[in-house]
Amino acid sequence: MTSRNIGIMRYNPEQDKKPHTESYQVEADDNTSVLDALQQVQQQDPSLSFRWSCRMAICGSCGVMVNSVPKLGCQTFLRDYPDSLVISPLSNFAVEKDLIVDMEPFLEHLSAIKPWLINSEQSTVPHVQTPQQLARYQQFANCINCGLCYSACPQFGLNPEFRGPAALALAHRYNLDSRDLGKAERMPQLNAKDGVWTCTFVGFCSEVCPKKVDPAAAINQGKVESAKDMILSVFKSSGVR
Amino acid sequence: MLQLDMDIIVVGGGGAGLRAAIAAAEVSPSIKIALVSKVYPMRSHTVAAEGGAAAVTSDDDSLQSHFYDTVAGSDWLADQNVVEFFVQHAYQELVQLERWGCPWSRKSDGTVQVRRFGGMKTERTWFAADKTGFHILHTLFQTSLKYPAIKRFDEYFVLDLLVVEQQVAGVLAIRYSTGELVQLRAKSVILATGGAGRVFHYNTNSGIVTGDGMALALRHGVALRDMEFVQYHPTGLPGSGILITEACRGEGGILLNKDGYRYLQDYGLGPETPLGEPRNKYMELGPRDRLSQAFWQQQKLGLTGDYQGHAVVYLDLRHLGEKHLNERLPLICELAKDYVNVDPAKTPIPIRPAVHYTMGGIMTNVDCETSINGLFAIGECASVGLHGANRLGSNSLTELLVFGKVAGEKAAGTALQKNGISHHAFATQIAEQEAALAALHGHNSDDSLVAVRTGMTLAMEQGCGIYRDEEGMQRCLEQLHELNTRYTQLKVVDHGKVYNSALLQHLELGFGLDVAMTICSSALARTESRGAHQRTDDGMGTRNDGEFLQHTVAVRQVDGSVGIHWQPVSVTSLPPGQRLYGDANTSNTAEDKS
Ligand SMILES: Cc1cc2nc3c(=O)[nH]c(=O)nc-3n(C[C@H](O)[C@H](O)[C@H](O)COP(=O)(O)OP(=O)(O)OC[C@H]3O[C@@H](n4cnc5c(N)ncnc54)[C@H](O)[C@@H]3O)c2cc1C
Ligand code: SF4
Ligand code: FES
Repeated sequence: MTSRNIGIMRYNPEQDKKPHTESYQVEADDNTSVLDALQQVQQQDPSLSFRWSCRMAICGSCGVMVNSVPKLGCQTFLRDYPDSLVISPLSNFAVEKDLIVDMEPFLEHLSAIKPWLINSEQSTVPHVQTPQQLARYQQFANCINCGLCYSACPQFGLNPEFRGPAALALAHRYNLDSRDLGKAERMPQLNAKDGVWTCTFVGFCSEVCPKKVDPAAAINQGKVESAKDMILSVFKSSGVR
Repeated sequence: MLQLDMDIIVVGGGGAGLRAAIAAAEVSPSIKIALVSKVYPMRSHTVAAEGGAAAVTSDDDSLQSHFYDTVAGSDWLADQNVVEFFVQHAYQELVQLERWGCPWSRKSDGTVQVRRFGGMKTERTWFAADKTGFHILHTLFQTSLKYPAIKRFDEYFVLDLLVVEQQVAGVLAIRYSTGELVQLRAKSVILATGGAGRVFHYNTNSGIVTGDGMALALRHGVALRDMEFVQYHPTGLPGSGILITEACRGEGGILLNKDGYRYLQDYGLGPETPLGEPRNKYMELGPRDRLSQAFWQQQKLGLTGDYQGHAVVYLDLRHLGEKHLNERLPLICELAKDYVNVDPAKTPIPIRPAVHYTMGGIMTNVDCETSINGLFAIGECASVGLHGANRLGSNSLTELLVFGKVAGEKAAGTALQKNGISHHAFATQIAEQEAALAALHGHNSDDSLVAVRTGMTLAMEQGCGIYRDEEGMQRCLEQLHELNTRYTQLKVVDHGKVYNSALLQHLELGFGLDVAMTICSSALARTESRGAHQRTDDGMGTRNDGEFLQHTVAVRQVDGSVGIHWQPVSVTSLPPGQRLYGDANTSNTAEDKS
């Protein structure tokens, strides 16, 4: 264990006009994560607030900026930042207190794309789905809703109405599922002004994703679907079939 | 104070709570359901479950066989009427999840694939890669979004139940983001708050698993049952306790001591199975309690290794090969690399037992009803009578679904029939809570929340660990009393309203202490060894069905101490037999009769 310095962005809405960085001493070895460090600081100063739960990179609670890059605190290790290390709240979301941001916009975008299997058939037996059919969407089903991709997305930064990487990837996940019949219901969301076309394919979302969901690929494939869908609807409305 | 009238309140957004909320919403779209959770539902601990969910699936399996495995696994302390109900409804619930989109792993013909799991005789565990809990939770959460009847209260912390004359009337909660007190009133309340693993020092559980719901119920006179049974998982990572799933052993992983010897064969689990040919109920696929106990024995013999000051044994997966590992156990490869810096394809993973699951909980009947009218409990916070003295891996995810549905439907039925309670009835209770909260703020001189909490987790680890004795537990109980006294003098040093995590941690510690006390008191009362409860005192080393084929029922006394009563176990068809594994099991006749 060696002692080292880290910076943490602090903000208390009941006292501070704006966020500021404070510096703290923590004990670290090879296995010390950013989350471990935050917990140490919280023992010194119980007023520090941050979210965490599983401490094993699966619950999606602990997203923060580490030296300005979105990361999961529990899966980021001090060993990889030998020089300076500053922890701040996720960008592009409103800061509520210290490292806690307002996740409601994220949840709204997620709900808006109808992220559930749409298929009204009633049955008491499982669908048949081959490993190949499963493989088509599986990667996009691995999203832990951590929101890192929203912090990485310049478009979401400019326009909070943009559905954003995780929501669009989730829509794509259901659209690709062989058991789902709801694509037609989801397409209007994808085609809309704040849907896939807002994305300018920066690709940073996929780089920061801790679960290799590759939302950028999902959005790109979504654009192809959206283009097809719009051409079809033009044909339909002009009576050509 | 914000006051809201609902029909049903579900406390907990894990697998159990979400399943219940959906079941209630399906009863009637006009029912008003509040889903209250201290974290966003998809952060709930269910997300961390890796291995799978059990149900009789293949043609060569049978309900009797699942029943037998569960009852024998429970060391005959499961209520057999409950186990019967459970095994009958398990399959349909997993199919229901499939119909809601859960990405279960498949065989090449497109049917659902099942895998081996410790303590189960037959392959019957459904899985979704090694992220089963994650996929179950997200499938349920996303499905819940389509029911307008379900109104979510995310990041609301429940600190008390509202009860009037043995009739539940709602809950009192703190809105984490603003610090406001909120009064939620309803005719039925379902507790689905998860387990209490965090009262122990080494555990596999998320930080939020602090026993809140158990303590909420206990404080209102509801009994906690079988609390002495706490399951250690044999394979946690040293230090953090992060779980390395049992599926590793199902796939063929083996356990070695520091000399590279497969020590399990010395503890009634042999003979040694050939490498790459795991056999159910043999060696590494024996039940968890036996495996954790074998670790303790090896440690005593000086045969465990060392990882940064922690005693460990080794989980060897090298023979499975990199490709197979990445395909079947991707999460485990990631975890091992991140948290102990080991590539499982090249090096065995250091592991040690860690507290994993609380078998006991809020006492309910098979309909999930508690002794308070309109109050239900489900999931890990409950004791419906399924797990007895030892839970079998992959039974509990299925339990969340089977009993979540039961509770949701019952609660809806109750809510539709009942009239609300006049809220004047609990005005005093609320005033008292408000005053107590206000009095919490202040400064501590030389004590701290962390000191008291660490005191509790260490006391439990030492006094109520894998092996227990009278002296150790008495000491633990005294320590808990002292810690409780210190706790009542502690103040919350953060006086803010917005996201005051110091306040929530303070309340969680209070819940944890209550739960720890019932675990220790129940363990002291059971002067035999059974399942996860193993005593080293003279004459208590074996199971004693003559006296103890009974549940402990812990209730809070007027003076705050815990009183223990006994309740007979329901035995319908399988009289107590021996729990045998390895070759010893082949001569077991009780099994043939079941
Ligand atoms: C690492 C790990 C792996 C596991 N793997 C398996 C497996 O493979 N198979 C299997 O069958 N079982 C497994 N289990 C066990 C199983 O996952 C749990 O028993 C189960 O998920 C518990 O679900 P639950 O819904 O009861 O509670 P949880 O998922 O813990 O949810 C509890 C909910 O209650 C809420 N809550 C708690 N207190 C309060 C409060 N005061 N106010 C408001 N809300 C509150 C929380 O916010 C949360 O939403 C595993 C457990 C662990 C630790
Ligand atoms: S897509 Fe990746 S980065 Fe975005 S929320 Fe999901 S897991 Fe997080
Ligand atoms: S604490 Fe769960 S993802 Fe980091």
